[in-house]
Order: sequence, then structure tokens, then C-alpha cells
Amino acid sequence: MKATFRGGVHPAHHSKQPTRGLAIRDFVSDTVQIVMNMNIGAPSKPCVKKGDHVKIGQIIGEPVGGLGLPVHASVSGEVVAVDAIPYITGDMVQSVTIKNDFQEEWEELHPLGNVETVDPALILPAIKNAGICGMGGASFPTHVKLTIAPGKKCEYVLANGAECETHITCDDRLMQEHATRVVDGLRAVMRALDVKNGIIGIEDNKPEAIAAMEKAAQGRDGVRVQVMKTKYPQGGEKQLIRVLTGREVPSGGLPIDCGCVVVNVGTCAAIADAIIDGKPVIDRVLTCTGAVRSPANLRVRIGTITADIIGECGGYSTDPGKIFFGGAMTGLCIPNDSLPVAKSTNGVVVFTREEAVSAEEDPCIRCGKCVDACPIGLNPYDMKISADIEKWDDCKKKHVMDCMLCGACAFICPARRWLTPSFKIAKQKITEIAKKEAAAK
Amino acid sequence: MSLILSSAPHVRTKDNTQRLMLNVIISLLPCLIAGVYYFGFACLIPVCVSVVSAVAAEWVWQKLGHKKIRIYDLSAVVTGLLLGLIVPPSAPWWMMVIGSAFAIIVVKQLFGGIGDNFLNPALAARAVLLASWPALMTSGYNVGKFDAVTTPTPLLGSASLMDLLLGNVTGAIGETCKIAILIGFVYLLATRTIRWEIPVITLASAALLGWLLGTDPLTTVLSGGLLFGAVYMATDYVTTPMNSLARYLYAVGIGVIVVLIRKYGSYPEGVTYAILLMNIAATLFDRIPVQRIYGHTNAKKEGK
Repeated sequence: MKATFRGGVHPAHHSKQPTRGLAIRDFVSDTVQIVMNMNIGAPSKPCVKKGDHVKIGQIIGEPVGGLGLPVHASVSGEVVAVDAIPYITGDMVQSVTIKNDFQEEWEELHPLGNVETVDPALILPAIKNAGICGMGGASFPTHVKLTIAPGKKCEYVLANGAECETHITCDDRLMQEHATRVVDGLRAVMRALDVKNGIIGIEDNKPEAIAAMEKAAQGRDGVRVQVMKTKYPQGGEKQLIRVLTGREVPSGGLPIDCGCVVVNVGTCAAIADAIIDGKPVIDRVLTCTGAVRSPANLRVRIGTITADIIGECGGYSTDPGKIFFGGAMTGLCIPNDSLPVAKSTNGVVVFTREEAVSAEEDPCIRCGKCVDACPIGLNPYDMKISADIEKWDDCKKKHVMDCMLCGACAFICPARRWLTPSFKIAKQKITEIAKKEAAAK
Repeated sequence: MSLILSSAPHVRTKDNTQRLMLNVIISLLPCLIAGVYYFGFACLIPVCVSVVSAVAAEWVWQKLGHKKIRIYDLSAVVTGLLLGLIVPPSAPWWMMVIGSAFAIIVVKQLFGGIGDNFLNPALAARAVLLASWPALMTSGYNVGKFDAVTTPTPLLGSASLMDLLLGNVTGAIGETCKIAILIGFVYLLATRTIRWEIPVITLASAALLGWLLGTDPLTTVLSGGLLFGAVYMATDYVTTPMNSLARYLYAVGIGVIVVLIRKYGSYPEGVTYAILLMNIAATLFDRIPVQRIYGHTNAKKEGK
């Protein structure tokens, strides 16, 4: 029997992605604009100036603070600008723009060799130096996640190959085409943390990826593939842990609190690249789809401009109404197509004008579908009542802080209620209030 | 380029309120056809009057109150259709106008409109009509195929199980033909409009209690308006609990009260009152913290 979790939904766009069967294609653009806040934590500090010549893999942004990561040049060429641009969040962010000379000149790399023989103590520093953060979208610095706090013990490393989001197929293709790299990365993490169990969780709508990963996992110490039912949000950290290990992350806790570490398969591959080749994160695979003429899975350099990616996919097939990074359930809208992609951008999805229009909110008809859909077991309709009248305390009592903003309730709501956006605001407000109270004390 | 910026999720299910209501309307068509077959075309009069006056009442109310006109969500059509199907085939048209208007204005709109009523509008209207014109609400069955027959009581008569199943008994327009109701039930399940639990648990608990009190379970299930009530009334979104365990308790409550009223009450049929009583209790059931939240119980115990 295939394992699954409580609740969840089945978005129609889930299984019939046009990019499902398309091999990953390389795309290198003329110019890249690399932003300095690609990971959670303080933005990196640019360490090159206009006119400098840079090589691929050269550090152009120095890490700042405990969660900081270095940023590397993704093409060789001349730095044409170092300036602040408004990024997705609306904040001004430092960026380095490089004109590609197409010489593909690399900075000297320092490979560590085979993941099975490398000194485990060298693995985490290598991950940090390669600038790796969660590539499934979370963008949390991977070396920090893998630094286990004293008193905690990691028993499972879970490679997240669920790819439960709509539209996105890059992890599917990556697992099919670079299966060994994914397993290598998983093994590297297992060795770094001295963990015996590594599980690769994949949804059953990706049979080729499952076959490829099973083949690659053969004979690898402690690694196995677990097929999971296709259901959104199967790739949510909490759901994945529940399904693969039967454990639950305690409310307000982290996966490590139940002995687990979850790493996206794309991150696994990046870790393998960092150790075997010494290669930092200078590119990633993403899916560009929706209202573009020829949707594709592309390996693009970090900092590639969205418009260039859409151009590579044949351009817009119609007047675009909305563009977002990521899948349709949790993706972040971008204000225009001149923004560059970051390390955690797994998809560029274009919606037509018609698709982009959000339906008006109707009155709740108490159908209870949101309650059935919530993978956490919350009462979304009830939390929404409190959120609408801005009773943040009541929201908190109704456990809105356990909400992971997966969007399942809003997706299923026949009255088109803005459930998830309300909870996002409620969570922000509650966090703000808690911070203020802490500061007052 | 002007792009729309909005918060996720960017896709929604196709089933909106209007679509769900349309599903209910479609699922009621077999009942209506069976009604016409057994009681003749004249039974379309109360049904049509009921639907039209329900929609009209909603429109007038919203227009006069300067509210958004919401008749296009089809919920008023559903209310009118349900009310039309649970009255005798020769119910007078003026009674249907009063019933629909009461359902829409008093039961639904006065409490805030769609989603805020705590009683099922059609059932509450039936209860009011039953109390106001008891004679008109419990006679007038002898039309159509039953023209020559004189069976005054629609319930628990001497009809065979097969007659009950096919609807070859007198009763309310849409309630008699169980086959038609079952077809509608299957359609509602197939379109995921309702879940199976409430009807099945209602019927099962009624059958079980009836059996303990000496009634054949199939007779309990197939007689009167129980099947229609379990499928179409007890599953009304607005007036049922939201959490699954609360829904099950609610369904058991309906089944139990139906049998108790049938057995010990002075009314021959108890479905209307059983469901209305449980409607009142629905929000109370939702206060029982039955749902387990991820990561909130002893996670260690579960994991090891």
C-alpha cells in the first residue's frame, strides 16, 4: 500500500504538465543579474565592482552573519553594474549584473572526491562554501539545517522528491537524468550526520523517476526509495516525515525534533556537485510553463532574467496576466519579467489574463471541504472568521501558527474564500505582536 | 506590462457554490420525474411555484435591502425545489408561495443569508406548513396513478418492500420513489458534492434502532421521507457540523430521533423534526474538540 497523509487535495494541473516528458535543456543568457538575498538570513555583501572581470564560480558576494552564504558568479565576463533593485518582496536588494563573455572561464575548483570516502568533517564546510540553500523553494541555508543542535539526534535523512506542486517538473527530470547525483548528495548528508537511514520519497505519478532512483539507490548503504500517493501537499516537510517515518514534527518544532532532516532532491544534487566536483551553485534546473509557446525544463544560470527564460521558451503565447516563481499552490507573484531567478526558483509559470483573475469571495456555505482538506487538521473556516475581524489572539487559539500555508483549503473552497492569504497575514501579525511583547519586557 | 500580483494559491477547484447547487438540482431530477410518473403532471404546479417564489423572494429581499443579488448561486432554486418535492402532489399553489417565502426570508435571509441560517430552510418551511395547514399537508395524495386508490396514510402501510422501493405508494412528490433518490445520491457522490457518511450513518442508525424496537430494517429505511431526508436534507452544508466526527454524531442523532418519533410520537413521520432538531445542535457538535492537530499529541509515542 502506498503511504499517504490525512487531508490534502488533487489540483487538476498536477499530473498533466506539458513538461513532464521533456529532457532538461541548457540555457545560458547574455546577461545575469545575481541578487544578494537568495537565502534566508542576512543578504550577502557584494565584493566585486563595476568593470571587474569575473570567472564562473568566483565569489561575488561575501556571507554575512550566521545564516549567510557566499554568492558565486554564474557566468564569466565583465561586471556591468552593482546596484540595488526591488526584488519579489518589494524590498531593495543589492545585485551584481554580469555581461557574459561566453568564454566559460572557471575559477579554480577544489573537488573532494567520492562521497563515500571523503572525510565526513569536510562535508558541511563544502556545502556552505558552495552557497547551497534549500532548492525546493525554502531557501534555508543547508549547512545550518544540517548542523544538529546539541542534545538532538538525527536518525533519518529524507530526500524530498515528492514534487507535489502544480506545473513544476524539474525535480522529476532531475531524478530521471541525474539519479546518481541525487543519491550521492543524500549519502553525503548521511555520512556528514552519521545517519544510517536515507529515504527518497517520490509520488507515484513519476514512475520513470522512481525507476531511475531505485536503480541508482541499489547497493548504496542505507538508502531506499519509498513511493507515495500523489496528493498535494505530499512534499510538505511535515507530511513527508509523517508518511516516510510515521513520526510527527511537534507543533512549533523542527524536523530534527523528531529525528529527521529533510533535503530536497535538487539540493541533494547540488551537494553532490559541491563535493565531487567542488562546484558551487551557479545554475539550477527549473520548469518554465503556462502561457509560453514551448514550455521546457531548463538548466539556467543563477541570475538569469525571467524575460530571457520566457524568450527561450518561445515567448508568451498570449498577453500574460500573472507570472509567478514556483507552483500554483504556493508560488510567489513577480511584478514584471525583468526580475532574475534565484537559487530556490524551481519554476516560472505564466498565466493568461483569464487565468490570472481571482474570483470574488462569496459567503462561506459551511460545506466543510476546507476542514477535510487541511493536512494539519485545522478548522480553516473558523480561523478565517477570527482573521476577518482581526482577532489575532483568537486566531492563535485556533492554532493558525500550525498552518503551513499550503493553500489546500483555499484551493478546495467553493465560495472562493481567501483562506490562505488571511492566515499568512494572521501569522505575520501574531509574530509581530510576539516580537513587540518580547521587546517590551 | 501590467501583471496581477496576488497571494497563493493561484488555482482553485472548478466546483464553486453555483456548481455544487447545480449538482444538487440535477440530482433531484430523477425524483421529480418519478413524481410526475406517479402523480401526474399536475404535481409540477407546487414544485414550479415553489422554485419561482423562492427565487423571487430572495431577489426581492436582496433588492429591497440593497444587498448583492445572489440568486445566481442557485441556492434559492435548491430550497424551492426541495420544498416542492416534500409536499403532497396536490398542495395548493398559495401554500407553496407562503412556504417558499418563509423558507427564504425568515429562515435564511433574516439570519444573514446563505451560509448563516441554522435551520434547513426547506424543512423549516415544511414544519411551518404542517403546523398551519395540517389537513392540506397530509392529504391530497390520491392523484395520478393513485386516483382510484384510497390510502390515506402514506407511511408504514401495507405496501410491499418492492412497492416502497419503486415508489408505488402515496407520499410527498419526491420522497416516494427510493430508486430515484438512490440515483440522485450516486450522482451527488460521483460529483463529490456530498460525502457518503451522513446519509449512510443516518440510515444505519435508524435501521438499527428500528430493528431493536421490532421494525424490519428495510421497512424503516424505505418508508416515509427518511431516505430523501438523509440524502438531501441531512447533508445540507450550512446546517451540518464541519468536523467529521461531529458529522457522524449528528447523523446518528437524526436516525435515532426519527425512529423515536415514528415509534412513540404522535406524528406518523419524524424526519423533518429529527433533522431540524439536529440542525440546532450542529454548531454545538462542532465545539467538541474532536480533531487531532498534526504535531499536537505526544509525537514521541507515535513515532516509536
